[in-house]
Amino acid sequence: MSAAAEMVAEVTYRDACRMALRDALVRDTRVFLMGEDVGHYGGCYAVSKGLLEEFGPERIRDTPLSESGFTGIGIGAAMNGMRPIVEIMTVNFALLALDQIVNNAATIRHMSGGQFGVPLVIRMATGAGRQLAAQHSHSLEGWFAHVPGLKVLAPATIEDARGMLWTAIEDPDPVLIFEHVMLYNSGGPLAAGAGAVPIDKAAIRRAGQNVSLITYGGSLPKALKAAEELAGQGIEAEVVDLRTLRPLDDETICASVAKTRRAVIVDEGWCSGSLAAEISARIMEKVFWSLDAPVARVCSAEVPIPYPEHLEQAALPQVPAIVAAAKGVVG
Amino acid sequence: MAKSAPRAKSTTPPKTKSQAKPPGKALKSKTAAKVPAPTAVATSDRILRYYRDMLLIRRFEERVGQMYGMGLIGGFCHLYIGQEAVVVGLQAALGPEDQVITGYRDHGHMLAIGMEPKRVMAELTGRRDGYSKGKGGSMHMFSRAERFFGGHGIVGAPVPLGTGLAFAQRYQAGRGVTVCYFGDGASNQGQVYESFNMAELWKLPIIYVIENNQYAMGTSVKRASATVDLYRRGESFAIPGRQVDGMDVLAVRAAADEAVEWCRSGKGPMILEMKTYRYRGHSMSDPAKYRSREEVNKVRTEHDPIDQVRNRLLEGKLADEARLKAIDNEIREIVIAAAEFAQESPEPDVAELWTDVLEAI
Repeated sequence: MSAAAEMVAEVTYRDACRMALRDALVRDTRVFLMGEDVGHYGGCYAVSKGLLEEFGPERIRDTPLSESGFTGIGIGAAMNGMRPIVEIMTVNFALLALDQIVNNAATIRHMSGGQFGVPLVIRMATGAGRQLAAQHSHSLEGWFAHVPGLKVLAPATIEDARGMLWTAIEDPDPVLIFEHVMLYNSGGPLAAGAGAVPIDKAAIRRAGQNVSLITYGGSLPKALKAAEELAGQGIEAEVVDLRTLRPLDDETICASVAKTRRAVIVDEGWCSGSLAAEISARIMEKVFWSLDAPVARVCSAEVPIPYPEHLEQAALPQVPAIVAAAKGVVG
Repeated sequence: MAKSAPRAKSTTPPKTKSQAKPPGKALKSKTAAKVPAPTAVATSDRILRYYRDMLLIRRFEERVGQMYGMGLIGGFCHLYIGQEAVVVGLQAALGPEDQVITGYRDHGHMLAIGMEPKRVMAELTGRRDGYSKGKGGSMHMFSRAERFFGGHGIVGAPVPLGTGLAFAQRYQAGRGVTVCYFGDGASNQGQVYESFNMAELWKLPIIYVIENNQYAMGTSVKRASATVDLYRRGESFAIPGRQVDGMDVLAVRAAADEAVEWCRSGKGPMILEMKTYRYRGHSMSDPAKYRSREEVNKVRTEHDPIDQVRNRLLEGKLADEARLKAIDNEIREIVIAAAEFAQESPEPDVAELWTDVLEAI
């Protein structure tokens, strides 16, 4: 590692996302950022602040409130030689662009017999926790992870927020990046030379041998906190950060479960038909005979996310519930 | 109306605005074959070319219908018969830097562009030599070499894609224009208006061609649209629109020339509403009971795009029967060869199921 790479700075997740965007815009003139309030406003979550001044309005493109339209424009531009980054303010509004993402971005390579790819990155915020009530608090990344032809990422750390975007931009296929709203203010050290990271592998964020806590995105800090509490009670939890929700890294998941023989999946999506359900099924299929207890899940309550803070928190996966689930499977 | 109508804008070239002669019941004039102005610029070679290209689409589609009936083609299959003048007239105005995208009624577009009839037919039969290796079928064919971007099945959804193609053209600062086709049914989709807004806002070089064949599957324009002059659908975005007799290939060509020039010179998008008519049902499974036989027959006998050109050629002594017969024979051979090729081409290997999902899995 070079001296420059060793230098570390304290940055926020938001800063890391901005550094990644800036890096992509500098490296490749085919890259442009398009979305609502990405330019003059500086981004709904202040991620793109300052980029308009540096790169100009052609490359930092404010759009009207037309999610379906500008997502489709991004797909068309990608088919035609560009490397667009489309920002959909939040996953809640991405529902307006579902047709473009699922029917077009995910299918065009296949429908064209491989003639046209869609090298497009779509970024969006996801998740609850800011008292935004039922229409602005969805965690629907699992829906997108259902669809062949897409890649779905959920950076949960500063390094991944900084490094996943460039790898995604270089990918010849559409990549969706979900940034959890509660992570933007989180901070940590980042090496000055930090750069691209792989987007096809899960990561072990904490090693342990008694139970695997499998999670991603905004739930990772909660799982790590739960692991700390469990350690205080003599239970060593291994924390698996999925990082990539499609394709899932079965190998890392199953290796961890085969070692710990117990699994708790923490997923802010609703339980029914969730990523947690899919991971649970894969564990049954691949490492069933290694299990010492049924797989447990900690998901959001199956209700629309309520406005009052205490009700909202009651609806979401929390550290005590994760601890309880882990103790339940450890027995 | 006069204030907001783009036709009244001083920046709007006024020449071709009144060429439209809507076919069907609404069409009172029988003078479609006598449109004078564009004829003057069309040489006999050019008109013969239009005749040939339209006839190729007609005969190709007739054969597709037969093959569908024989079970050689499956799924949804939408024939272009009746609408041939639209794509042939439009395509004649385009150059090598221009691009095309359309919906699911796409066979005619590909033939007009110059894609190989035998490979289009092989896609229809789901064979290995089809444009999408057999994976797309009737609705989903593409050609990178011919700059044809599909071939799309969701009504209205290719309009943002086409707008994105034009966005890239403008970003890359070339002189290319995108032609984005959709129908009267799609013109009621919200995505279309999101696209109109951004295309004019950013002055994108795109021609929105509304192929108004008067029926969205079984629903007539009158029963689905609060206003039926679809060329005016861009007015609130200040996009100029023209209504064109889409059964008259020369009128289409003249309107296309104007629109291409408009887009190439950086003035932004233009809308061309092509008043046209499909003779067959929406798809092969549609018996078309929502309209009368008389309505269809009237268009066929009085406004058929191919008959119009044929009459023009013969009456103007631009070609004799022998010349036209030779063209008929040439087309027949091409279609027979395409049908044979499409049945002889091997089926895709089962392993192809897993390819072209991602570039690398």
